Amino acid sequence: MKESDQTIIKIHDLHKRFDQTEVLKGIDLDVHQGEVIVIIGPSGCGKSTLLRCLNGLEPINSGTIELNGQIITDPGTDWSQVRQKIGMVFQNYELFPHLNVLDNILLGPTKVQGRQRSEAKAEAESWLDRVELLNKADSYPRQLSGGQKQRVAIVRALCMSPEVMLFDEVTASLDPEMVREVLDVMLSLAKGGLTMLIVTHEMAFARAVADQVIFMDRGLVVEANEPEAFFSNPETERARRFLNIFQFEGVHKVQESL
Amino acid sequence: MLDFGFMARCVPLFVKAAELTVKLAFWGIVMSTVLGLICALIRYWKIPVLQRLIGVYIELARNTPLMIQLFFLYYGLPRLGLLLEGTTCAIAGLTFLGGAYMAEAFRGGLNAVGRSQIEVGMSIGLKPSQILRHVVLPQALAVSLPVLTATAIFLIKETSVFSIVALPDLMYVAKDLLKEGHSTESNILLVLSYLVIILPVSLIFGWLERRVRFAGFGY
Repeated sequence: MKESDQTIIKIHDLHKRFDQTEVLKGIDLDVHQGEVIVIIGPSGCGKSTLLRCLNGLEPINSGTIELNGQIITDPGTDWSQVRQKIGMVFQNYELFPHLNVLDNILLGPTKVQGRQRSEAKAEAESWLDRVELLNKADSYPRQLSGGQKQRVAIVRALCMSPEVMLFDEVTASLDPEMVREVLDVMLSLAKGGLTMLIVTHEMAFARAVADQVIFMDRGLVVEANEPEAFFSNPETERARRFLNIFQFEGVHKVQESL
Repeated sequence: MLDFGFMARCVPLFVKAAELTVKLAFWGIVMSTVLGLICALIRYWKIPVLQRLIGVYIELARNTPLMIQLFFLYYGLPRLGLLLEGTTCAIAGLTFLGGAYMAEAFRGGLNAVGRSQIEVGMSIGLKPSQILRHVVLPQALAVSLPVLTATAIFLIKETSVFSIVALPDLMYVAKDLLKEGHSTESNILLVLSYLVIILPVSLIFGWLERRVRFAGFGY
């Protein structure tokens, strides 16, 4: 989890409106090479929208996003190119149901990057092995559990060799016992030096994996800090109240077990 | 008692007529499918003006009898200076009717593919045409297949109307024989002929449906 000085993504004064509602009210954020940034905040705070803007899935209203110095929010941007460098994993996996695991993974490398199937397949298999799903290569998505599907979705994004990965609440739809297997994969990616932006409600995971925690509320970055400092001693009242929600749950469970 | 000798003598007539029926149905179904897919995509992409026109076409084609459509093509168009040969006329008529049904069948399939599937296609860098080809269409086809099958069979049966534009199809031959008596025999031959054509189609599509259901559904 070492970060260098090289900035991969630079977000400046990003604004996004849905009809009358302003969801992002001027976001500034730098993402450095090898950095793991965890974005947390109450639902509706704009954290998922922020990730979607970075992947070009939402048009923005004003501000800029730079990727390696190139402004990708300009109208002429080739998003197919940009998305090969910024991978994304979604809450509901979204595997292609008509393709088996291997073909799900190989669609991008062969059709978008024009790579040889045999060569891409070798890479896909080594990733599948790493997430312990090599034996599922020929299975169809409907034959997999949620946790397995999400690990395949992560491999599918990784096989495009992105420079940055976006994770949008990737464990939110999973049963508790499957959350861990997905988070473990992400932890190991972080250790491997992958640059990641993670939106999550898993606070313990956030604390373990983050180089920097961003706390968002009502379309603004309210607090940005290192995880230890943020979780043990948040600077703002809003962040404190948000973290208390999780704290209360913890206390409650302890009392119950007595 | 059935006159089997008569029936045996008639079989070659029916075989010849069946060939024509199959030919008309085949081209009608192929062209309907192409037209229907184009129409469905135009509506799917909400292309202005065109999508309105197609809406009108679909309502017109689905809510008027094929016989009237054929009358217009066969007797109406020549007055506008466009003379269509009987076979062309029949295929055009079948396509006009079938295109509308096929468009509706495809529409159901296209709408069944969620927006998020398209987004994930975008997120791995696929271009819109690649998303259509590799993500949306395979899933849409799987969903549409039962309705496409029903439409194909419906179109084969609709070919029986072509006798009115004097095409010697199965219905035409059977009607001809009715004039000579032997109505039961020719009716039996007629029913058998349609069964021989349509049953294999049903079976093949049924097999296809089971296959795509295995691959695509219930995830």
